[in-house]
Amino acid sequence: MVVGLEVHVHLLTKTKLFCPCSTEFGATPNANTCPVCLALPGALPVLNEAAVRLAARAAYALGCTVHEDSVFARKNYFYPDLPKGYQISQFDRPLATDGRLALEDGADEARSVRIHRVHMEEDAGKSVHDRYAGSTAIDLNRSGTPLIEIVSEPDLRSAADAGAFLRRLKQILEYTEVSDANMEEGSLRVDANISTRGPGASTLGTKTEIKNMNSFSGVERALEVEFARQCALLERGERVVQQTMLWDAGSGTVRPARSKEESHDYRYFPEPDLPPLRLTREWLASVRTDLPELPAARRQRFVESFSLPAYDADVLTATRDLADYFEAVVASGAEAKVAANWVMGEVLARLKDAGIGIRELAARPAQLGVLLAMVRDGAVSHSAAKAIFAQMAKTGEDPAVIADREGLRQVGDDSQLSAWIDGVLAAHPDEAGRFLAGEKKLQGVLVGMVMKASGGKADPKKVNQLLAGRVAT
Amino acid sequence: MSLSARETADGVRSGQRTTRSVVEEVFRRADEVGAGKDGLNIVLHEDREASLREADLRDGKSGASYLVNPNARPLKGVPVYVKDNIATTTLRTTCGSRILADYVSPYDATVVARLRKAGALIVGKTNMDEFAMGSSTENSAYGPTKNPIDPTRVPGGSSGGSAAAVASGMVRIALGSETGGSVRQPASFCGIVGVKPTYGRVSRYGLVAFASSLDQVGVFGRTVDDAALGLQAIAGPDPRDATSSPIEPQAYHAAQHDSLEGLVIGRPREYFPDSLDPRIRDICDQAIERLKSLGAEVCDVSLPHTSLAIPVYYIVAPAEASSNLARFDGVRYGLRLSGDGLEGMYEATRSNGFGPEVTRRILLGTYVLSAGYYDAYYRKAMAIRGLIRRDFEQVFAAGVHVLLTPTAPTTAFKLGAISDPYEMYMSDIFTATANLAGIPGMSVPAGAVEGLPVGVQFLASHFDEYRMFVAAYALERAIAGGAV
Ligand SMILES: [Zn+2]
Repeated sequence: MVVGLEVHVHLLTKTKLFCPCSTEFGATPNANTCPVCLALPGALPVLNEAAVRLAARAAYALGCTVHEDSVFARKNYFYPDLPKGYQISQFDRPLATDGRLALEDGADEARSVRIHRVHMEEDAGKSVHDRYAGSTAIDLNRSGTPLIEIVSEPDLRSAADAGAFLRRLKQILEYTEVSDANMEEGSLRVDANISTRGPGASTLGTKTEIKNMNSFSGVERALEVEFARQCALLERGERVVQQTMLWDAGSGTVRPARSKEESHDYRYFPEPDLPPLRLTREWLASVRTDLPELPAARRQRFVESFSLPAYDADVLTATRDLADYFEAVVASGAEAKVAANWVMGEVLARLKDAGIGIRELAARPAQLGVLLAMVRDGAVSHSAAKAIFAQMAKTGEDPAVIADREGLRQVGDDSQLSAWIDGVLAAHPDEAGRFLAGEKKLQGVLVGMVMKASGGKADPKKVNQLLAGRVAT
Repeated sequence: MSLSARETADGVRSGQRTTRSVVEEVFRRADEVGAGKDGLNIVLHEDREASLREADLRDGKSGASYLVNPNARPLKGVPVYVKDNIATTTLRTTCGSRILADYVSPYDATVVARLRKAGALIVGKTNMDEFAMGSSTENSAYGPTKNPIDPTRVPGGSSGGSAAAVASGMVRIALGSETGGSVRQPASFCGIVGVKPTYGRVSRYGLVAFASSLDQVGVFGRTVDDAALGLQAIAGPDPRDATSSPIEPQAYHAAQHDSLEGLVIGRPREYFPDSLDPRIRDICDQAIERLKSLGAEVCDVSLPHTSLAIPVYYIVAPAEASSNLARFDGVRYGLRLSGDGLEGMYEATRSNGFGPEVTRRILLGTYVLSAGYYDAYYRKAMAIRGLIRRDFEQVFAAGVHVLLTPTAPTTAFKLGAISDPYEMYMSDIFTATANLAGIPGMSVPAGAVEGLPVGVQFLASHFDEYRMFVAAYALERAIAGGAV
């Protein structure tokens, strides 16, 4: 299986690529439009610098060369939701070329995928076929929203690798705040080119393009199904026909697109309404400098600076927000592995239960840091801390407040502990006698009894110390 | 309009004239010359009542207007006709086409907004070749405009309606648009001044695109001064047009000098071929003598790639047009005719909505951009376009300030006389070069042949309209004074 991917990504700009209209999702149809994105006679495009910045940032994050000179071009075709009759895109002079995305950290080049190019373009509107019987409605709110298209080289060799590529790409786009890269919501779209060749063959087979996938796992399944179809054809001695295939997630099958849905002569030519895009070295340098730490670097740092296992680093860096949260807990004084266990355990469980993101978690990282310090200092037990966190996560109250109110503080006061110990020894004279006579294995049983007598508040460490002290005297 | 634009503005500003009286004079004159459909067919859309109401509103507001700085309203009370491919909220914008028959723009073109801000009133929209494709205004879906000087002849085109409005004395200033000579050539045919500014000097926002890399709004004036005031009002950077230049305009109306001492005028030999009508050559040579007598230095120069301009133009312009006109698809505005499904709707709408010349150019443009032909046509044409531009740059770099050429190879021809498209295209042979190179050009009346006006053309370096106006003002004054 030889696979190359073309990924369209919506940029997180406030306004459209060539006009000041809002890119907000979900507005009343055609509310976010103006003469430019409606393609009224005489309207002209003006490039949104914020979009160029995000596109360049994405390109740098993918290791591309970002060109000082690039050119917008018109891609001409008729479709009702393409108001100008052409899409402003980039053709022979794209914004960026020659990048690389690693499928594994620190892996050799064989486990990385070359990025052929990254270019900017505008999105089309939406045709709505099911709203009015017998006619198609057009919503141009999306018309002119900024996209980048990321084109990989045909370096992927399995459906799983294609999935890994997309998940890593999504993570990078989120880290760089270029896009929310959500395939289900349409802010990331994938077309896959796939061909089949026998082991050892050096030339590529005839490829087909698969469209219409709406999740990463859908891409993986579609590739497997199309690969199986191509293999069966070749085994029967038939040929693969170059064509566009549409994935049907419901039936788990691919079918050829109608010929109208493919093979256009787009008559590309340089967009005369926009001068060539010229980026200064200083501007490009500023984009590069502003690049945040990327996921791979952060994973590596978590392993090296915090001595975390690779698995922990992987989980904690899944999103930039989660990694930030973890680092803030550590920064507030918590020991890294302890913080990691808590974030991966209690915190993620809470997010999952509540169906929220880390930003919506009421308990802030500094508060979690305080809670972990209370555990370390013996002020609360581990199990009490879990109960405290469950409340913090909902209310955002400070852990000390909850501990005091709920009476969850551990008792470490010698006289109180001694009183509980005395009570237990008096109530169980047989065990007390054997323990004091030197039967040390009974200490655990006695600690348990003291804990029970204290209603769980006694500090078990101190109870142990005190009990051991009784034997010595 | 008996008074110049400057005099009209001064008169309204000082209270000697009312805006209403100015506008009434426009409509009276329009009726006298027969500007309507059954006459010269100059005006496509007007709303006289609305124009008079607007005039009254202006008059009511302007109690102490003589105190106002004239620079703030340089065209106060000046009526202007606008070519029908420039967007106006007050009147339809049909581009002389059936496909936009009822279209009203929800926004004003930048040039229109600037005219209004300068105090001008838009009194009507003028006839034109459909989508500015033509050189005679015969390609309008609303019938041809006739030349006020001889109604059996064309006014030139594609901005023939605006040229005729000025030539017939209805107004002193009108806006046209240029892609290959559509202001200068009709100015020559109608005996008035026509200016095509540097590409990027005037905003294209709201000018319905024909060929984006060539299009530029232009100005007609009865006199050089009228044209200078008009250009002054609309020139300058516009954040809505990415191809508009940040270079600030000069004070064109100040380009009136008694002496041309120090001005170097080039006479490009390729614009004076042996085949040129000797009477037109004589008029150009007389103009040169007049400018020499005012102190200008004249030299012969060469622009070797001139003969390639028309072939290059008829590849680049249709290519861009084929894409620019794709938006007229019947989906959002304008004509929609139903057909079999979506494709049928497109076909019915576009084949009925566009006239034959527009259809021809869309097909031509689609062809030259097609896979397998792009390199042979479009790419090669763009390379030659670069050579044409370099020809000019070299001549100007060598110290020449202004070039003088004939504006058009002929005088106004008879309506219907030219049916061969290629012969019609040759009408732009001396003007298309400026659009391809992006330099400014203007036509100034310089004589007549058999009673028909002949203009000479001045061309200047990018953004050096000022020197072009220096030459134009001087020539106009010399001709008026009769000195040779
Ligand atoms: Zn818009």
